[in-house]
Amino acid sequence: MDISVDLFGRKLASPVIPASGTFGFGSEFAEYYDLNILGGIALKGTTRDARYGNPLPRIAECPAGLINAIGLQNPGVDAVIAEEIPRLAAVYDGAIIANVGGHSEEEYVVTAEKLSDCKEVFAVELNISCPNVKGGGMAFGTDAQIAKSLVYTVKKRVKKPLIVKLSPNVTSISDMARAVVDGGADGVSLINTLVGMRIDLRTRRPVIAVRTGGVSGPAVFPVALRMVNDVARAVNVPVIGMGGVTTAEDALEMMMAGACAVQVGAANLVNPYACKEIVEALPAAMERYGIRNISDIIGAAL
Amino acid sequence: MKRETLLLTGNRPLTPTVFELTFSGASAMRAGQFVELEVEGQYLRRPISVCDSADGTLTLLVKRVGVGTDKMSRWQAGREVSALTGLGNGFGSDATKPLLVGGGIGCAPLYRLARDFAEKGVRPTVVLGFQAAAEIYYRDEFARYAEVIVATDDGSDGFKGNAVAALCDKGFAAGKDFDRYYACGPAVMLRALSAWCADGELSLEARMGCGFGACMGCSIKTTDGFRRVCKEGPVFDAAKVIWE
Repeated sequence: MDISVDLFGRKLASPVIPASGTFGFGSEFAEYYDLNILGGIALKGTTRDARYGNPLPRIAECPAGLINAIGLQNPGVDAVIAEEIPRLAAVYDGAIIANVGGHSEEEYVVTAEKLSDCKEVFAVELNISCPNVKGGGMAFGTDAQIAKSLVYTVKKRVKKPLIVKLSPNVTSISDMARAVVDGGADGVSLINTLVGMRIDLRTRRPVIAVRTGGVSGPAVFPVALRMVNDVARAVNVPVIGMGGVTTAEDALEMMMAGACAVQVGAANLVNPYACKEIVEALPAAMERYGIRNISDIIGAAL
Repeated sequence: MKRETLLLTGNRPLTPTVFELTFSGASAMRAGQFVELEVEGQYLRRPISVCDSADGTLTLLVKRVGVGTDKMSRWQAGREVSALTGLGNGFGSDATKPLLVGGGIGCAPLYRLARDFAEKGVRPTVVLGFQAAAEIYYRDEFARYAEVIVATDDGSDGFKGNAVAALCDKGFAAGKDFDRYYACGPAVMLRALSAWCADGELSLEARMGCGFGACMGCSIKTTDGFRRVCKEGPVFDAAKVIWE
């Protein structure tokens, strides 16, 4: 039974990667379990300058999921490189995936370049799909030409594999995937959250202070699976699948849809051991479905 | 943080909306810490502060305000509940003349703290603020360990007005009547307290995603920088909270 997978020529211990924004900068989770069972860790979205993010409330519950509107709170790229990444690298040998957010092309480029120059970073995940920052984020990820141009510019300055994280809030996610691959992306990850909202019946106001946020959790799993399948049929680069993955079976399904690795997001927030439990449950789940080598099922349902 | 399966051993109403839930199976926790409870049919766990933790029994007071707490209020003894325990920092307890100030359901986490002081031989003063007499709970329980002052917004019991108004009315002064205060309650009360006196600790409330520091859903601004209510808090130095 082999649960290792290959990503950009590197062997990952498992296909399971905690998704950006649901695992902090990783090191705090080392108190709960040995992180080395994880194929990679996608760090909290990082911007050039420190950001507080959005006013509270930033969280609203949904049927089978939640809305978040954090707004890219982070200590800024220099503090991430000086403090957070070394702290994680001290307890984790797997693939560190630095997630980059921004408001302008210049900010994306500067931040991505600094992170890619950091020796502990294996790959850069460019977040052009954050629905929670004004004048940036998703604005770069909903127009194919803008996305392609941004990726092209960033790629020239980044010396590590460049993953582009795609927004589901578009008409055709396959078109977006083609555009960023044309721009030079080495891989794509999807889906980021779906824009949604809740209203407090008592106050008659949106629960989220900035009105809307991103929906994630099991509610979005079938949508995510379809989009991963669409994208895997459209491009020939590694696809990292995410969106509502909660169990080992979900991870297998995501891989059959075309994902070579799987990110786990919302599940970490209700169960700090979610990624560990998914990894540990994989062999038995593979056994049940006659899978000996997990890589064999990637794209089985294309 | 630990993940534990708790056994509900009792559920009794204290007021029409506040319920006292007692559990066995929880590790010991400090005053001001909290737990995150799984509620059937709800995606997010519910953060509830520790009212008491002693002799293997965990006591939580739950106010019915929404769908999650409504379900909890109907839980019956014998139920097993998945919980993340030992969350947050908790109150300090180094005052020699402590003043405890609670508003509404925010009185609950002061109970364990009052006991801590009493067990050290210090009898604190506790101001408990409620909207009306029908909503008062734990007055007798607090009286075992503390001097209790009750305030109600409508004057139906005790001082007429909120907890902060009661303190001002009675002329409480730092250095004379207390050397440090410990408070939990509505944000407006905590803000008024911090303006009244900087020498205190405030237990803040926030809508949380995870409760253990992963999502940044509950971060506030402090003079030390951004701080997570769930992880570096929920108790903050009154002088350091930056109110929005």
